[in-house]
Amino acid sequence: MTYRNDPYDPKQPALLDQSALDDAVAGADKAFADAGDLDALAALKHQHLGDKAPVSLARREIGSLPPAAKADAGKRVNLARVAIQAAFDARLAVLTAEREERVLVEETVDVTLPTTRRPAGAQHPLTKITERASDLFVSMGYEVAEGPEVEWEWYNFDALNMHPDHPARSMMDTFFVAAGSTSDRSQAQIDSRVVLRTHTSPVQARTMTTRKPPIYIVCPGRTYRTDELDATHTPVFQQIEGLVVDKGITMGHLKGTLDKFVKGMFGEQARTRLRPAYFPFVEPGAEIDVWFPQHRDGPRWVEWGGCGMVNPRVLRACGIDPEEYSGFAFGMGIERALMFRNEASDMRDMVEGDVRYARAFGWEA
Amino acid sequence: MRVSLSWLREHVDLPAGLDGDGLEKALVKVGLEVEELHDAGASVSGPLVVGRVESIEELQGLKKPIRYCLVDVGNEQPQGIICGARNFAEGDLVVVALPGAVLPGDFTISARKTYGRVSNGMICSGEELGVSDDHDGIIVLSPDSAKPGDEARPIVGLGDIVVEINVTPDRGYCFSVRGIARELSHSLGGAYRDPVAAVVPIEGDGSDAYPIEVLDSIACDRFTAVAVRGVDPAAPTPQWMKQRLATAGIRTISLPVDITNYVMIEMGQPMHAWDLGQLTGPLVVRRAEAGEKLTTLDGVNRVLDPEDIVIADGAGVVSLAAVMGGTTTEVSPATVDVLFEAAHWDPRSVARTIRRHKLPSEAGKRYERGVDPQITAAACARAAALLAEHGGGTVSTGVTDVYAVVPPASITMSVRRPSQLAGVEYAPERVLEILAMIGTQVVADGDRLTVTPPSWRHDLNDPADLAEEVLRLDGYDRIPSVLPIAPPGRGLTALQRRRRTIGRALADAGYVEALCWPFVGTPALDALRVPDGDPRREALLLRNPLSDEEPALRTTLLPPLFAALRRNLGRGLKDVALFEIGPVFLPAGPLPVFPAAGVDGPPSDEERAGIDANLPHQPWHVATVIAGEADPAGWWGGGRAADWADAVESARTVAAAAGVTLTVRAANYAPWHPGRCAALLVGDVVVGHAGELHPAVCADLDLPRRTVAMELDLDAVPLPGVSIAPRLSNFPTALIDVALVVDAATPAGEVEAALAEGAGPLLESVRLFDVYAGQQLGEGRKSLAYKLTFRAPDRTLTGEEALAARDAAVAVAADRLGAVLRGA
Repeated sequence: MTYRNDPYDPKQPALLDQSALDDAVAGADKAFADAGDLDALAALKHQHLGDKAPVSLARREIGSLPPAAKADAGKRVNLARVAIQAAFDARLAVLTAEREERVLVEETVDVTLPTTRRPAGAQHPLTKITERASDLFVSMGYEVAEGPEVEWEWYNFDALNMHPDHPARSMMDTFFVAAGSTSDRSQAQIDSRVVLRTHTSPVQARTMTTRKPPIYIVCPGRTYRTDELDATHTPVFQQIEGLVVDKGITMGHLKGTLDKFVKGMFGEQARTRLRPAYFPFVEPGAEIDVWFPQHRDGPRWVEWGGCGMVNPRVLRACGIDPEEYSGFAFGMGIERALMFRNEASDMRDMVEGDVRYARAFGWEA
Repeated sequence: MRVSLSWLREHVDLPAGLDGDGLEKALVKVGLEVEELHDAGASVSGPLVVGRVESIEELQGLKKPIRYCLVDVGNEQPQGIICGARNFAEGDLVVVALPGAVLPGDFTISARKTYGRVSNGMICSGEELGVSDDHDGIIVLSPDSAKPGDEARPIVGLGDIVVEINVTPDRGYCFSVRGIARELSHSLGGAYRDPVAAVVPIEGDGSDAYPIEVLDSIACDRFTAVAVRGVDPAAPTPQWMKQRLATAGIRTISLPVDITNYVMIEMGQPMHAWDLGQLTGPLVVRRAEAGEKLTTLDGVNRVLDPEDIVIADGAGVVSLAAVMGGTTTEVSPATVDVLFEAAHWDPRSVARTIRRHKLPSEAGKRYERGVDPQITAAACARAAALLAEHGGGTVSTGVTDVYAVVPPASITMSVRRPSQLAGVEYAPERVLEILAMIGTQVVADGDRLTVTPPSWRHDLNDPADLAEEVLRLDGYDRIPSVLPIAPPGRGLTALQRRRRTIGRALADAGYVEALCWPFVGTPALDALRVPDGDPRREALLLRNPLSDEEPALRTTLLPPLFAALRRNLGRGLKDVALFEIGPVFLPAGPLPVFPAAGVDGPPSDEERAGIDANLPHQPWHVATVIAGEADPAGWWGGGRAADWADAVESARTVAAAAGVTLTVRAANYAPWHPGRCAALLVGDVVVGHAGELHPAVCADLDLPRRTVAMELDLDAVPLPGVSIAPRLSNFPTALIDVALVVDAATPAGEVEAALAEGAGPLLESVRLFDVYAGQQLGEGRKSLAYKLTFRAPDRTLTGEEALAARDAAVAVAADRLGAVLRGA
């Protein structure tokens, strides 16, 4: 303390002069405003608000004032100090904001840099289309049935009204599995009555022989015929077939189901048209044309598979009474759908496993 | 079956302006699929005329024979024309395209200088005009069939529409003008004229044209023969007949043979022309005897099967009945006496003979699909009349006709049946109208119809066959679109859902799906170093593989997947990751011969179970392969080459998608590197393998070094139960690091398992963060550093509790694997 506390000596210490306090505030204001960055401002804080700052020293002098003067002096010192603190805080806020702004600018990156740090995988478009087709039928209450690709010929042919001398059987271009195996090649030319299934219809035959109607199934899967590979043929291909056996099933129901299916696959404008045709396992039989408005060469009918009412002989062969039940069946190629729907022009691309092909289709083909 | 519109018009009234489009629509409407339609009228423009070759000058000194011809085309001066063909002589009538004509392929004819002469036009072949595929040279017209300068188009069949129809196996009768014209009349409503009805029958005097004995009336229920004697062997086939045969794709041979083919196409009745002079003794129809031989008309010497139906005379077998005749008795350029045969054969026997001898023929394909047994006499009469007209000769007064035809059985059907099948109300009158239209005889008794099919419709046997005719001819477009309501289903099965999830997970992990063919050869397994006796060596063989190199079906997904990988690399791709999900074929041993079963009903449950037991096991596998970098290089830094761990991780991706926990242990299994192969286990069952390929396998298969692969048997992976929800604790964790020194050969997996077991329920996770081997540890030792995270469900752990748990963990590792706490 600079002065004694003498209540009888009302002299006014210089530090408590209002002008001194005003100078302290003004000095601090100027110093803070001149501080160019947060470090400079921090360095000024002690000088203007620390123990040795003018306002701090002035506060200490208050004690030496007569009691009557203390209140007034205390009030004035406090106002000065609050003003300096406010100036400091305001400058601090400005400088902090400036620094944050600068950091953000400094941290700028080129967001157009490639971000593919993981290689892209893909499912095959034929898989995706098969799943989509299956899902449409599942949503209608169907179940997805499956069966072996190496199959007993009874399921592949006989049960489907193709006895061994049937002309349609030789038109199927079948792969025949030899009796024996690599460990016993002596029977390599003997027919084992086992084939690579030529369609997924044996799955229908298996279902009908093991289950009672009502039957509502689709059979997607891989099938085989001895075609040479070219732009529009492949010996290994994917099909989806459908089978319904129930009481009172009509050809109108077949048409309704196909219409619903193609709308799901190709859009609301799609619909079907049936042309009379022959398949041994159905009667009447028909080829299916689909109205496909998005065709690259303009809206048109495209052929997509065959269908018909299940031949009563097939029902009988599979143990179902054709007097009680009737049914319909249909089948179409997935590759063919990829060709007209996705403008695929060459089937070879679908079988070669070139990663560029599947990747190009994305997740939903 | 190829036929021209003009021929069809002779038997059915068609709209005058019917064009190719209209014809196709009319055929398709009744179920005749149009394979090709050729509107020949539009294919040749400009002058095309008949010419007579006046003189031929053979040009000398050229590399190939070239003729300079003077041809009378009806002008004052003959036309000079250069021609390279040689199948014509002076005086022949030919077809000439004059300058200004445009032939198919936009080939414009103009006067041009060639071989030192001016050629003023072209003498045409059938191929050049687009009217046949005949390579035999230029068209030579029958003498006097036209005169020079005549318009040549109608003569060669231009200006007509030619349609090729794909006849399905049930519609044998449509292998004829007779059948197609009938269907067109159904389709468009015009009047139909049956060519059979137009034939003037031979009355016959009761004698035989030739003695014929049928010993097997099942094989042959009708055999008709008529003789024509004193035919001019040099008589040419008339141009119109040649033309129609050419359109049908049938070669012209001689007048009698051409007539048999013409009648076959017109009526659908295959025929044979015998040289009467070459036959000795009666013709006998019977089955072949074992070892009998016949040289058929195609020049092949065939050993016959006891099931083959043959025709024999005194000298032995002279014909493979219904399929092809023999060389010894065929009509030759010297034949003057001809015996025409028209018979009806058992379709199944014919089908078997065709397959056995690999001998498809025009006659065979008709018999196989069914021929009308009631038209043999008409066909013989028609053929005899044509031969007498164009080749002279006298038709025999005797007709041989052996007849044992069983009339078709009648079918009983409710008149409501077609309506029930279609979901359309057909009036009974409409049903009767359609049944009459197709030639059936119907007796109606209330709703009950008794229907007798016509002799040419072997496909009508059941009510369903008749109902089909009503739907087809009334039109499929009349059938409404009605969605049936299926009973609620169960959705996809767990296995189906799992397969989809795995496919998505692998694609998400960077693998691209390939759908490979399952064909392999044993060299592929050799290249994989699969040892003898390995089950993967036991593979099914195809009798007719696409390639003799790949006659077997895959027992592992890897060989075809490696081929796909190699194809990608060969196309310049560097970093390739592939996957496949598909079946493999694992026979338990040599495949037996399976039983045949009829079509009258299903085999019994026992029989079917036996079949399934004998079929090869066909489990679904999943496989991955990677070559090159697993993570690509980029602006963020260098890439990371794929290694064994990526292959194992792909298996973990599969396991995670399948909801099972995979454990891994070291294994030695082809085709993997013996030191870098992991066996993949679910529980105690090995379900697959993963790792780096054996370097020698990479070398043999021409794959990059350090290619990695995984294969796993999905059928061996059990379906998971319901996942149990975890109870999450929010109390703080206690983290403790431990470094354990173990023998270098100790698998890290076992150390981790020991720590986890010893640490007890307080352990939340254990993570290996460092593997170190160095001199301080001593030879053959390594240090594994783990971060252990402990947490209790109900309280904050004390330091003592966490340390106790750590000590318990280390104790089990020490006890089981000799692990020593590093620095302890």
